[in-house]
Amino acid sequence: MRIRGLELAVGFFMLAGALALLVLALKVSGLTLSEGSRSYKVYALFENIGGLTSRSKVTMSGVKIGHVTAIVLDEDQLMARVEMAIDSNVNYLSLDSSASILTSGLLGEKYIGITTGADEEMLQDGDFIEDTQSALVLEELIGKFLFNEATE
Amino acid sequence: MFTKIQALGAAGLDKLEAFGRSGIILSQAVFAIPGRQAWPLFIQQLYSVGVLSLIIIIVSGLFIGMVLSLQGYTILVDYGSEQAVGQMVALSLVRELSPVVTALLFAGRAGSALTAEIGLMKATEQLSSLEMIGVDPLRRIIAPRFWAGMLSLPLLSMIFSVVGIWGGMLVGVDWLGIYEGSFWSNMQNSVDFSEDVVNGLIKALVFGVAVTWIAVYQGYDSVPTSEGISQATTRTVVYASLAVLGLDFILTALMFGDL
Amino acid sequence: MSYLDDSIIDIRQLSFARGDRAIFDAVDIRIPRGKITAVMGPSGTGKTTLLRLIGGQLKPDQGQIVLDNDNIPALSRKELFKVREKMGMLFQSGALFTDMSVFENVAFPIRVHTDLSEQMIRDVVLMKLHAVGLRGAADMMPSELSGGMARRVALARAIALDPDLVMYDEPFTGQDPIAMGVLVNLIARLNKALGHTSIIVSHDINETLAIADYIYLIADAKVLAHGTAEELRGNGSEQVRQFLDGLPDGPVPFHFPADDYLDQLMQG
Repeated sequence: MRIRGLELAVGFFMLAGALALLVLALKVSGLTLSEGSRSYKVYALFENIGGLTSRSKVTMSGVKIGHVTAIVLDEDQLMARVEMAIDSNVNYLSLDSSASILTSGLLGEKYIGITTGADEEMLQDGDFIEDTQSALVLEELIGKFLFNEATE
Repeated sequence: MFTKIQALGAAGLDKLEAFGRSGIILSQAVFAIPGRQAWPLFIQQLYSVGVLSLIIIIVSGLFIGMVLSLQGYTILVDYGSEQAVGQMVALSLVRELSPVVTALLFAGRAGSALTAEIGLMKATEQLSSLEMIGVDPLRRIIAPRFWAGMLSLPLLSMIFSVVGIWGGMLVGVDWLGIYEGSFWSNMQNSVDFSEDVVNGLIKALVFGVAVTWIAVYQGYDSVPTSEGISQATTRTVVYASLAVLGLDFILTALMFGDL
Repeated sequence: MSYLDDSIIDIRQLSFARGDRAIFDAVDIRIPRGKITAVMGPSGTGKTTLLRLIGGQLKPDQGQIVLDNDNIPALSRKELFKVREKMGMLFQSGALFTDMSVFENVAFPIRVHTDLSEQMIRDVVLMKLHAVGLRGAADMMPSELSGGMARRVALARAIALDPDLVMYDEPFTGQDPIAMGVLVNLIARLNKALGHTSIIVSHDINETLAIADYIYLIADAKVLAHGTAEELRGNGSEQVRQFLDGLPDGPVPFHFPADDYLDQLMQG
């Protein structure tokens, strides 16, 4: 009988461990089972990414629709090329959509916000978003402000 | 002068030899084919190594989560971003504190017990006795303990994380009054399953191998006297803790360091 | 006919050293089959080491240990485990597995090496326990046993598989006179009844001489003398006399080697 109780305890232990993993997956990291990894890639060139990193959010009207997967320097254009993975159910982004790098709150993280245009054609896997707006860089803003003050 | 250098060399060779011996024991324990009786032995060890460590893991996890939440709140509230407490608690627990603290507690709670048990078996000639009966003690004694330790630590670490996050929520949401929705959504936005949770799991697994390996080796290699066993037990806790901290740095650099 | 004509173990030119200290130096020992052989000598002369060498737990620096045509130091790990099925060993501390009951301890070697049914195992175990007079203690745990009882259970375990060779490591040490008498009796009786070869390592002279058919005296890494009890008592060597009669001082000195006493005192 002693061995029964022991096996029971070990069984509960294993179960608790598995359950903990499940909680971490679903509740803590917000993983959803259905969505999976289906997404398509879209690229955008920015003059300045100003602190954007891979894994940053990609949003539309503030709703998360994907994330940044890679940032490299484009050697031809000498601009930052950002690769984004957009959830495949968001397939209604027009070809003339614009992407801008935004900041959540004063000290918050950088993310990409996408606004759609009026084009009939939609963005496909591997397309580039032409209309981009770089991150606001504080030094440049201050520089502009001072320049304006001086010329007045 | 030369004698000192010679002594240094001898000490180095000694350490190297011990490392080699422990490697042999590890490989034999890992590849020992489980016999008919291996399953109950393994369950038994899972009980004494894993289940009996649950209490200390749960209590420590709860308190560490609560303290993290409290400390994080007092700092973040100055910047008006106290809803980031959930994110901070979850990230620091899942990535770092759970595997490391669990491994350190595990070394003290289960590792030292493993060393003392195996050392005592050696001192009372039980290991020799097994050998004379024709049973390989590496298979019967070392292998089930090694596997149980290796499996237990990741499980304990997961439990530690969950309990810690729950403790953080208790303090943050119920006590300090952070809005529950933003507490969780901030956490879910920042914690990534494959990057954070899985990496934490890998860390725990590596620590499990290291701590259990050190513990069973120190027991198996101990001098079979009461003094020798007490020294071996101390060595287990010291070496295992150092190994965990050192490995943690290396793993963190590999996983999150963008090398 | 001499006892040594039919030997189960033949040890030739055995040398073994721990660090710089020689434990055995080119020793020849032959163990007669089916008899009780005692290996005696002062503490620290490596008697237990000899049993571990025979059991293959230690490897000699030189020499052969031949058990029924198997040279033990040359065997592979697997072959060694096979040969050990023919051996039973009673350790000084008993070495019972503390996490098993008395019954399970005795059943352990049977379970490991045979495929007997549970019923058969039960019968064999009870038989062995009965032989050592502890059938009633089958369900006890080793921690509940007295020292003498633990050693008898260990003996039952050692003979569980009916080995050809049973080795006793200091079986009488630390036993009260009654337990000692029981053990002496038991070893002699089991040897006769089961027909195995027994090797006893001991420094309890009277008890050992009473049951041993053949005796080896070991001192200073050498065989000092060997023969039957009578032959040894007739031996004129001073060292043999000192050991057999238990004299405190003699060729084996009372004092551990040290600097001159007076010199050391004056230095202070």
